[in-house]
Amino acid sequence: MVGALDRKLLRDLRRIWAQALAIALVLGCGIMVLVGAQATLRTLDLTLAAYYDRARFADVFTTLKRAPRSVLEDVALIDGVAQVEGRIATLALVQVTGMSVPATGQVVSYAPEGAVLNLPALRRGRMPLPDRLDEVALSEPFAEVHGLVPGARLRVILGGELRELTVTGWVLSPEFVYALGPGSLMPDDRRFGILFMPERAVAAATDMVGAVNQISLRLMRDADARVVTAALDRILAPYGGTGAHDRERQQSHAFLTSEMHQLSAMSTYAPPVFLLVSAFLVNMVLGRLIALERPQIGLLKAVGYSTREIAWHYLKLALLIGVIGTGAGWAAGFWMADGMIGLYADYFRFPFVIRAANPSALVISATLGLAVAAMGGGRAVWQSVRLPAAEAMRPPAPALFSRGWLDRALEALRLRQTVVMIARSILRWPGRAAITLFGVSASVAVLVMSYFMFDSAALLGDSVFGAANRQDLTLGLMEPVGEAVLLDARALPGVLKVEPGYAIPARLVNGTAERLSAVQAHWEGATLARLVDDRGEAVALPPHGLVLPEKLAQVLKVGPGSWLEVELLSPPRETLRLPVTAVFAQGLGQEAHIAAPALFAALRSAPQVSHLHLALDANARAALDDRLATLPAVSGLIDWVEVQRQFDTLLEENLLTMVTIYTAIGMMIAVGVIYNAAQILLSERSYELATLRVLGFSRREVAFVLVGEMMLLTLIAIPVGWAMGTWLAQGMVSAVSTDIIQLPFAISRRTYAYAGIAAAVAAFGSVTLVRRRLDRIDLVSALKSRE
Amino acid sequence: MTLAAPLSQPPRPVFRAEEVTRVYRTGAVEVRALRGISLNLYEGEMVVLLGASGSGKSTLLNILGGLDRPTGGRVFFRDTELTQASEAQLTAFRRAHVGFVFQFYNLVPSLTARENVALVTEIAANPMPPEEALERVGLGHRLHHFPAELSGGEQQRVAIARAIAKRPDVLLCDEPTGALDIATGAQVLEALHSVNRDLGTATVLITHNAVIQRIAHRVVVLADGRVVRDDPVTDRLQPSELSW
Repeated sequence: MVGALDRKLLRDLRRIWAQALAIALVLGCGIMVLVGAQATLRTLDLTLAAYYDRARFADVFTTLKRAPRSVLEDVALIDGVAQVEGRIATLALVQVTGMSVPATGQVVSYAPEGAVLNLPALRRGRMPLPDRLDEVALSEPFAEVHGLVPGARLRVILGGELRELTVTGWVLSPEFVYALGPGSLMPDDRRFGILFMPERAVAAATDMVGAVNQISLRLMRDADARVVTAALDRILAPYGGTGAHDRERQQSHAFLTSEMHQLSAMSTYAPPVFLLVSAFLVNMVLGRLIALERPQIGLLKAVGYSTREIAWHYLKLALLIGVIGTGAGWAAGFWMADGMIGLYADYFRFPFVIRAANPSALVISATLGLAVAAMGGGRAVWQSVRLPAAEAMRPPAPALFSRGWLDRALEALRLRQTVVMIARSILRWPGRAAITLFGVSASVAVLVMSYFMFDSAALLGDSVFGAANRQDLTLGLMEPVGEAVLLDARALPGVLKVEPGYAIPARLVNGTAERLSAVQAHWEGATLARLVDDRGEAVALPPHGLVLPEKLAQVLKVGPGSWLEVELLSPPRETLRLPVTAVFAQGLGQEAHIAAPALFAALRSAPQVSHLHLALDANARAALDDRLATLPAVSGLIDWVEVQRQFDTLLEENLLTMVTIYTAIGMMIAVGVIYNAAQILLSERSYELATLRVLGFSRREVAFVLVGEMMLLTLIAIPVGWAMGTWLAQGMVSAVSTDIIQLPFAISRRTYAYAGIAAAVAAFGSVTLVRRRLDRIDLVSALKSRE
Repeated sequence: MTLAAPLSQPPRPVFRAEEVTRVYRTGAVEVRALRGISLNLYEGEMVVLLGASGSGKSTLLNILGGLDRPTGGRVFFRDTELTQASEAQLTAFRRAHVGFVFQFYNLVPSLTARENVALVTEIAANPMPPEEALERVGLGHRLHHFPAELSGGEQQRVAIARAIAKRPDVLLCDEPTGALDIATGAQVLEALHSVNRDLGTATVLITHNAVIQRIAHRVVVLADGRVVRDDPVTDRLQPSELSW
């Protein structure tokens, strides 16, 4: 049976339902982000784990120049290796109807008896027969976007020869969940695809019969990957091994991890703001309710309820709000997770998804939700239930105002009395004004923190496309060649300018710290492809030594003046000792940079070119594309115009959805805070405001006292929120930065403006809701009730 | 000392109420607060409305002051029919013509005495300076005190200063001495009396204290929503001569 006090509790809740709901929604937003992001993470985790497990995704990967298959037997003997797979991988140009430029194909061979590791999951059709030289299975996204159904014919330049292949099926592979073409910034299913072909066919085409150039390993449970990779590198050194790495450095997996890392950062940074604001709101609203119920508290005590029982009664109200907020947050969190998982599943094409909530996130969020409510309510409850019964039954002493220097200052300003009322209300209850101010600032801060990601991404885009890569096209060459290739390239149709580029895979070592990376050489006076920092400023390369991005320098524990061992993993396969001469902030990329003359002097060789940057005459593009399709020396190309278009599209698509969601939850804080603060103000001052109406003030003039105070606090809160948001954004920038991508820190004026406007609109909307109640106040009854 | 009874020539009515009724409905309960009241209030006149609790005094005062609307009948302020006025017109009417004094003073706690008066003078057409209004009620020395720093009588006198500062045509006072002791109450009545005398402001004073009728020109007694007596006061007293 529900006791009388509990009945009162439910009725109290019904009476303040709008305020309770506003708090519950703020709390719910925080819990939604926490639960939603964590459920998404957990789902991705489980899905990936299961996917990797079923597909026997390797633990260690390496690429080499060429080794006989017999080397696999040596590799299998390394302590801790469970399974070994050797295969041939190469790049091909794929001519697709409807595309003027050939797409890049990553050709991967598989053994006649089928792959041992990294098993492709067949989605449609069948795998090519082991003895067929003209059959191919395609990665599903690439095949789908081009409509290359089983049976379709495909023209491919493979091993320098044009071949016609037949598509037999579509597959997905754990190695290419995040499928990046060579030199690409983001997956592009139109321009990059995976071609699975029988070993015989690839070996024949690449002159690799009986040989492999990629090896992957599955390790035993307790094997040390570092020890295994070191042993593997030793075995493969004579065969042009470019350095083995574990899963963490496997491109697709690293990108997925990076994505999950960002999601995790979001679930760490946003919820505390919401929870803190909720605690303050519970305190504010419950404090007011208890103040109104003072006589009832006195009465309850008088009839024999203990202080503990009364305290528990009000605490239950706070907890009820916590329960509602947590429940709403869970529901919204699952809904959010569902949407996000759907997006990820579409984008990454997992063959299956294992949906799961994160039980610990549920427990943590519920605990936090209730703790926040209890903490917020606890203080208010404690203060009032301590009163002796007789005192509680008397109305509270009126607020004592006395004249201070501030009042004299206000007088000197000759403000209207309604303005003086607003100023005094804020000055006399600074604690409450501070809570309102903090709440609205938090709203602005969350908005700044949400929007700034787009500023950073846009700045990164400007830096990558506007400053660093002004070339129209980058051509990758099959093998590094001498500078004479520049003349050949200049002769291609429509080429206005050519610049050389050179990159070589390298292991950078400083004592025990090491990193697989690459060294990029830069030619002096380059204008197309330049080295720039994360703000798009050109980085001047010193005549000697290496220039490292900050993150790489951190990993290697080096700074200007340190020396690095640079173990080149491609011919000439030398180990150089080079000084680090500078460190700079870079958004994308983890390579070491060096002036070309310095590198080739250290190598005692003539300058080499591994890729070409071209500026083009757009009108001659078709002719160039036709010509490129026939050049076997070209291993792949990056169409920068297209890459930028994709980047912009991705940003814009995300922008609309994310800005809408962020704006909604950011504004929710301002709504919760202002709605409650205004309600309380109205409840406390309805007598006073009704008096103003009686004295002949119009509704607008009276509303000014209410709306004015709230909007004044909002206006003061906005710059505070900007500062808080900037601080939070700085934290976010370092939290979301990964090895792959370091967002530059940038907040545009537009972001500040939008955040301020959104909070102000939310505040004004909420206070207007309350103002409608003020308009409906019955003058006569408002005057009769003393409080 | 008795004062000369009524005014020498019949003045114009400020308020004219005709067959005013007011019914309140709360749920199923219907309360007939006024049951057809007709009453005139003249310029310069001080009228005491007397009656027991629930007799309809406050309801009548609220209707005259434009705070409430009658269920039936008509009310005129001079030539304007209040019963036909819009919400905004009633606000303008209160702003320009009516001064209110309530039992619980209704001062704004966050404003000083002077500021509480200025609250009204800022929106009035032809007000007196707040200092002058407070001087009239004997509070020239308490200008910068907040309500919480003033005694009940002082607070009520600030309320009177606030009511008269706009030079209203009528002063409507609902139990202005209800919360005060005799001595303080007498001070408040003195302030009202002098305003009526010096400024000629028509004044309606509600009370359930029969003694107070002696300071008025006329006494109207209400019972059960009807006027049961409407008599001139022949032997007026100064407020200081009252005792209860």
